[in-house]
Amino acid sequence: YCKRKHKDKKTLTLDTLNPQVKAVEYAVRGPIVIKAGEIERYLEEGGTKPFSEVIKANIGDAHAMGQKPITFLRQVVALCTFPELMDSPSFPEDAKRRARRILQGCGGHSLGSYSASPGVECIRKDIAAYIEQRDEGVPSDWENIYLTTGASDGIMTILRLLVSGKDSSRTGVMIPIPQYPLYSAAISEMDAVQVNYYLDEDNCWALDINELHRSYQAAKQHCQPRVICIINPGNPTGQVQSKKCIEEVLHFAYEENLFVMSDEVYQDNVYAPDCQFHSFKKVLYEMGPEYFNSVELVSFHSTSKGYTGECGFRGGYMEVINMDPEVKAQLVKLLSVRLCPPLAGQAAMDVIVNPPQPEEHTFKQFHQEKSSVLGALAEKAKLTEKILNAVPGIKCNPVQGAMYAFPRIFIPPKAVEEAKALGMQPDMLYCLRLLEETGICVVPGSGFGQKDGTYHFRMTILPSIEKLKVLLGKVRDFHIGFLKEYSGLE
Amino acid sequence: MRNNSFKEHIICNVITLNRSAFPAAQGEHLHQKMSENGALPLRGKVLTVDTMNANVKKVDYAVRGPIVQRAVQIEKELKEGVKKPFEEVIKANIGDAHAMGQRPITFFRQVMALCTYPQLLDDNKFPEDAKNRARRILQSCGGNSIGAYTTSQGIDCVRHDVANYIQRRDGGIPSDPDNIYLTTGASDGIVTILKLLTAGEGRTRTGVMISIPQYPLYSASIAELGAVQINYYLNEEKCWSLDISELQRSLQAAREHCDPRVLCIINPGNPTGQVQSRQCIEDVIRFAVKENLFLMADEVYQDNVYAEGCEFHSFKKVLFEMGPEYSSKVELASFHSTSKCYMGECGFRGGYMEVINMDPEVKAQLTKLVSVRLCPPAPGQALMDLVVNSPQPGEPSYQTFIKERTDVLSALAEKAKLTEEILNTVPGISCNPVQGAMYSFPRITLPERAINEAKAKGQAPDMFYCMKLLEETGICLVPGSGFGQREGTYHFRMTILPPTDKLKIMLNKLKEFHQKFTQQYS
Repeated sequence: YCKRKHKDKKTLTLDTLNPQVKAVEYAVRGPIVIKAGEIERYLEEGGTKPFSEVIKANIGDAHAMGQKPITFLRQVVALCTFPELMDSPSFPEDAKRRARRILQGCGGHSLGSYSASPGVECIRKDIAAYIEQRDEGVPSDWENIYLTTGASDGIMTILRLLVSGKDSSRTGVMIPIPQYPLYSAAISEMDAVQVNYYLDEDNCWALDINELHRSYQAAKQHCQPRVICIINPGNPTGQVQSKKCIEEVLHFAYEENLFVMSDEVYQDNVYAPDCQFHSFKKVLYEMGPEYFNSVELVSFHSTSKGYTGECGFRGGYMEVINMDPEVKAQLVKLLSVRLCPPLAGQAAMDVIVNPPQPEEHTFKQFHQEKSSVLGALAEKAKLTEKILNAVPGIKCNPVQGAMYAFPRIFIPPKAVEEAKALGMQPDMLYCLRLLEETGICVVPGSGFGQKDGTYHFRMTILPSIEKLKVLLGKVRDFHIGFLKEYSGLE
Repeated sequence: MRNNSFKEHIICNVITLNRSAFPAAQGEHLHQKMSENGALPLRGKVLTVDTMNANVKKVDYAVRGPIVQRAVQIEKELKEGVKKPFEEVIKANIGDAHAMGQRPITFFRQVMALCTYPQLLDDNKFPEDAKNRARRILQSCGGNSIGAYTTSQGIDCVRHDVANYIQRRDGGIPSDPDNIYLTTGASDGIVTILKLLTAGEGRTRTGVMISIPQYPLYSASIAELGAVQINYYLNEEKCWSLDISELQRSLQAAREHCDPRVLCIINPGNPTGQVQSRQCIEDVIRFAVKENLFLMADEVYQDNVYAEGCEFHSFKKVLFEMGPEYSSKVELASFHSTSKCYMGECGFRGGYMEVINMDPEVKAQLTKLVSVRLCPPAPGQALMDLVVNSPQPGEPSYQTFIKERTDVLSALAEKAKLTEEILNTVPGISCNPVQGAMYSFPRITLPERAINEAKAKGQAPDMFYCMKLLEETGICLVPGSGFGQREGTYHFRMTILPPTDKLKIMLNKLKEFHQKFTQQYS
């Protein structure tokens, strides 16, 4: 009877919606990007703006910004998709061989079958072999490898396992500030406790062990910190952590009994000549059996970044180290509900871990394409840092890796006040103005987290070098103009 | 903090040996042996079954559960040369058509190959209609590549094509592309909507009405989200039809302890295979309006209708034909997938949902939620485009397409009939008509002794039965307890997907087994 009274009211409203969903935010596709979309449509319909196109430098989507796919990868996936092409002379034998191998691992030899929930067995084996080679012999068990629907899927699945307890025993998740907001979004959705540890901007965004201790001790007062997340190379910050730093983190995790999640999707994106990617697993191994046999570690990789940039395929994997066998069984059960990750993405991942070798015919072109992409990224990383650092009021740490710059911007007090009056973050105000005046879409630092009173934005280094130069020039002009406008010195 | 006993300190120094002389793998082995022998204090793991998410522990998904794990083990044993009373395991547990030998639709794979490797647009072996569709899809992708992220709601032109398809299917009732969300298989959309709906605490916790028997994605999601599962029983005597009085009973009982907010219905049904009548759908809609329930219509088998006299009626179409009093009120989400019907493209994880009458503020929240995962797989989106925009009469690929489609659907119809027929000749097995979908869900009579033996083992009686069937014949089915059934009844779900000859063999083996089993436990 009482339901009839509310006939005019919907069942599902903002009031009755899952409050955890309401708490979720994801700035990378948030309000500023929505605004950019509106402006794009306005331009399409013939509207005029002080610019002719919107430049979407908000998201790590290489192909969208003109990067070409790796030919070999697409050949293999095309062969898997339409095996009739095996008879075509225009496809190299190396590609056909890989495609046959993948298809043999599929039900009915078709990419259209569900695979086993952890992924196609031969692909898992190829990934384990890749990891062993990458880590110079540190053994990798293929049964610890799980294919995922992009790295995001794996990260969320592991967090789901970890979130438990109530009130002061509720799982605390340690995340870097600044972070990639998948983490904060997942924590919100799962109603876990977000535990911030600040990266050191003055020290090239390095991880400070003292800061980890501080953060952990403070968090223990109100939650049960159970997991520490690291992104290396970093997003949005682009730093490549030193081996020593990684050791310190692992030692910290060992001492404080923390589960470690290492997000290593940018492992192939290292540009600074004095930097090197060190996998968490390898460092852990080198710390000796006491560490290697006890620290619970999951590492994540993806097809979306690196030199292939295959975001749309939603490919990824995670390697699970030292997981309790009963929990592992629960993990497999959980994955089985969603059946399996997309097969095309699994195939793409296979090509990434099993690329053309020097003795193969396709190696030359493959190597050339790969070097070209990575070389361009390295050049753009340097260029971006250089140009931004030449702007008064902008300071940009070296872009050592990944695909973003996260410069610190000086925002005059008058602008800060105006933003607050408008109920928005100062760097959001800045970025909205930038968008309206130049068409450049970047994401405000507040979307990633930053020390109080500091402001940043994240931009990708993905546009073509010519476009990037234009973009950076416009950012410079805008910033100078913005400073003038709000300087209070009329 | 780690326990630093003196003993442990000594032992650790012994274990920490030179890496090159004593690889970590051996070190791990030694470490394990020492800990097994109580030689050192066991270092507690952070993540154990005690500390993990309690809701995850409650999740069950029988379709890939214990019986399938055993089947995989047996397959491995066969490969290694172990002798069994059979040569192969027949996986009739999962709705995976290609795994059972069904061929993909040529046109679809051609377009997908063109999208994947656009250099093929210059290959004259590909028909022009395939190339046109590929070009259209690629033009709507960032950088003209399916390697770009798409918008979180899905590729624009695909959503338009989906809306057009729905409009044509529903006799002209308009569909707004803005109400279409592409998803990673239908499962993704279903879980997302359930997430939005789950709220409240204790007596106000969201209750989710699901059919018994059901597809266990629903019960699994409800368990993980900590929502309240509300069972409404389908009527086995009436071909698994939906009874409004049963809906009412179930709802009333549920109101005592939770806040029922949503009603889920699978039509055509899984595992039960019934195709609901139009009248039934109208009744459900009326019920939803009366009781303020959000409707979730899982329609992934909409092209799988075999029985004469049965017809697929989309919830949306029926809703709108009931007039504005209903069509302006009912909050409805309908789901579709690329995994079933005649294409069986499970591995591509393609799907969509159409949301009707969703509160605009909630819709914004939905869009925000899906944005965190960026987008569904672009190949799956492209595939969905082809499903809703397939070759038309006059196009070069039409003849082949329609033949392939017809062949698949008629084979399924034949197998549906065959399965029902053969199973109904077995004393102790009773099978409702397989009107649609891809499964039969026969009721099996189990002797008292078998039931008792199962219970003594702590096993559901139909699990006991299915395990024996697997061990003796290699046939892998899913026990009815995995889907839900009335107390004291037992069933199994088998797919009708194996090729006709294999299916016949399988059904006859099943027949033999059942008779033997009945005799053995009498």
